[in-house]
Amino acid sequence: MNLHEYQSKQLFKQYGLPVPAGYVCHSIDEVNETIKRIASCSSSSNWVAKCQVHAGGRGKAGGVICTNNNQQIVDFAEKWLGQYLVTYQTNRSGQRVNQILIEQAYEIKKELYIGAVVDRASQRVVIMASTEGGMDIETVANKTPERIYKVALDPLTGPSAYQGRELAFKLGLSGKQINTFTQLFLGFAKLFLDKDIALAEINPLVITTDNKLVCLDAKIVLDDNALFRHPDLVALRDPTQEDKLESLAADQGLSYVSLDGNIGCMVNGAGLAMATMDMIKLYGAEPANFLDVGGGTTKQRVTEAFKLIISHNKVKAILVNIFGGIVRCDLIAEGIIAAVKEIGLTIPVVVRLEGNNAELARQILSDSQLQIITATSLDDAAQKIAKAAN
Amino acid sequence: MAILIDKNTKVICQGFTGSQGTFHSEQALAYGTKLVGGVTPGKGGTTHLGLPVFNTVKEAIDATGATATVIYVPAAFGKDAILEAIDAGIQLIICITEGIPTLDMLIVKEKLSLTDTIMIGPNCPGIIVPEQCKIGIMPGNIHLAGKVGIVSRSGTLTYEAVKQTTDAGLGQSTCIGIGGDAITGSDFITMLQLFEHDPDTEAIVMIGEIGGNAEEQAANYIKQFVTKPVIGYIAGVTAPTGKRMGHAGAIIAGGKGTADEKRKVLEAAGVIVVSSLSNIGDMVRKQLGY
Repeated sequence: MNLHEYQSKQLFKQYGLPVPAGYVCHSIDEVNETIKRIASCSSSSNWVAKCQVHAGGRGKAGGVICTNNNQQIVDFAEKWLGQYLVTYQTNRSGQRVNQILIEQAYEIKKELYIGAVVDRASQRVVIMASTEGGMDIETVANKTPERIYKVALDPLTGPSAYQGRELAFKLGLSGKQINTFTQLFLGFAKLFLDKDIALAEINPLVITTDNKLVCLDAKIVLDDNALFRHPDLVALRDPTQEDKLESLAADQGLSYVSLDGNIGCMVNGAGLAMATMDMIKLYGAEPANFLDVGGGTTKQRVTEAFKLIISHNKVKAILVNIFGGIVRCDLIAEGIIAAVKEIGLTIPVVVRLEGNNAELARQILSDSQLQIITATSLDDAAQKIAKAAN
Repeated sequence: MAILIDKNTKVICQGFTGSQGTFHSEQALAYGTKLVGGVTPGKGGTTHLGLPVFNTVKEAIDATGATATVIYVPAAFGKDAILEAIDAGIQLIICITEGIPTLDMLIVKEKLSLTDTIMIGPNCPGIIVPEQCKIGIMPGNIHLAGKVGIVSRSGTLTYEAVKQTTDAGLGQSTCIGIGGDAITGSDFITMLQLFEHDPDTEAIVMIGEIGGNAEEQAANYIKQFVTKPVIGYIAGVTAPTGKRMGHAGAIIAGGKGTADEKRKVLEAAGVIVVSSLSNIGDMVRKQLGY
């Protein structure tokens, strides 16, 4: 689950990380109120307004302005609130802007990068720092990996101050900054561990002209598996930022990913679902989705899955590929027939069932008088579906 | 001979009296697995499926002499169940539970590295030595005792490979699902090493998928230490970047961990990588000269 920048910064603040004074506005009224407030209390004349969406690349897409003109902030909010921001990280329709974050601007001397991930290779939480802040960190990692400094957290002891100092020295910090950075490092690491974060970034972490460290941007991705123990974080979910079909599927406990092709897929098991997509491609067609219906392939689940697949409007044919391990294939076949009838499915459906009672299942399907094409192997199924879609 | 377990392995079940634990324990008993008891805190002293129930893993081991445990507890209790088994000194843990938080697994991994306990999973189908011992959720009837060792990150893909090697008349020495999460108890290398030294295993089928670098690490190991033929398959050629494909670990992050990349590295290490899932059985037969 992704958090918005303003939500991430609220968490940063709770863990003592320095963030700019900021105001989240959901409406033009709130923007006007915020402007009154900042005009009366601020010595800083420049303010930044930022569209809040679950995607990077906002600056280049026009979703961020820095100005000392209050009217420009109002104009910016009027332009974006309720509209869709398209960046290089979004799809063509973009992400809806529901909030504008208005923050104090700083004179910047230097931009740094701080990030934390669960590193699969070392099986540790790794905290990374770089002097190349503000840039796309993947580009830095590819072109100049020597400019990224890393420390790994011991799972049993957590972060240590010396690790923060080590990074501070490598970043070329000096004087009071060393201690400030170390505190920031400890807070950032503690936040990561406390909240079961999967990825966190401060990009950039800036050094201001008066030598302060400030987190100008914030990104947090949470570990979905750990949400059960963080009801406060679940409350921060913003469904408007998610793919509609994907969140609908998630609500039903189905694992679904939308793709660009025209062949709907229903498979049991994530690995087999991926392999099925690959087979479709191998025979020259394109999958419209990834869908794992999971172990208990009941009539109800199959019906829900069919409904989900056909709500993707490009779908011209559906491939069902189920390896009935412990569940009997004849029962699955009956479930498929009932689901096809209930929905009134009119597009071709190719079914490959393997496992217990597979032959009986094929017989039941071909006797059904429905537009169901049975396949004897995955190869056979992939060929038949490619043909059916053309 | 087989790897890790055989017909004499005594197994206990954590989460024994729950619906998953009950169902799969019945299946295991029917298959002939030497299941000797189970653990459900608070139900110690009772019996379930005709077997003794214990309050703690330590008590279960002391009373039964079990060396392996299979875990079916809910994800929220996964870490605690695994740590209890490690601290009780069990040799082998098979954790079927899906959805254990990643940070919990980092702590588990650290504990495992400090002991001799081997762990398979989480989020996996388990391990089976055909016609001897089945620990996990795989359908027993598709297996055949034989000569192919199968190791996979995916459950249903393991079944595909099993079915094909059974249909080809080759059978399996041992089949292991190491699990689809980002952090797993065992990696491919542990299993490759065991298969390489197992006289019953003549060829190895290794099934990987997008995400992480377990396949790359395995390739490096195979190049140096594995002399038996290895047939590989990687799922997720068509998977888009940045999307989690069902398994927590199956995600192409930052352009890394693609199927093409893994395929190339495995081929460079001498692994025969098939691009169609249906060709695994034929390819193994060809490699073994049948």
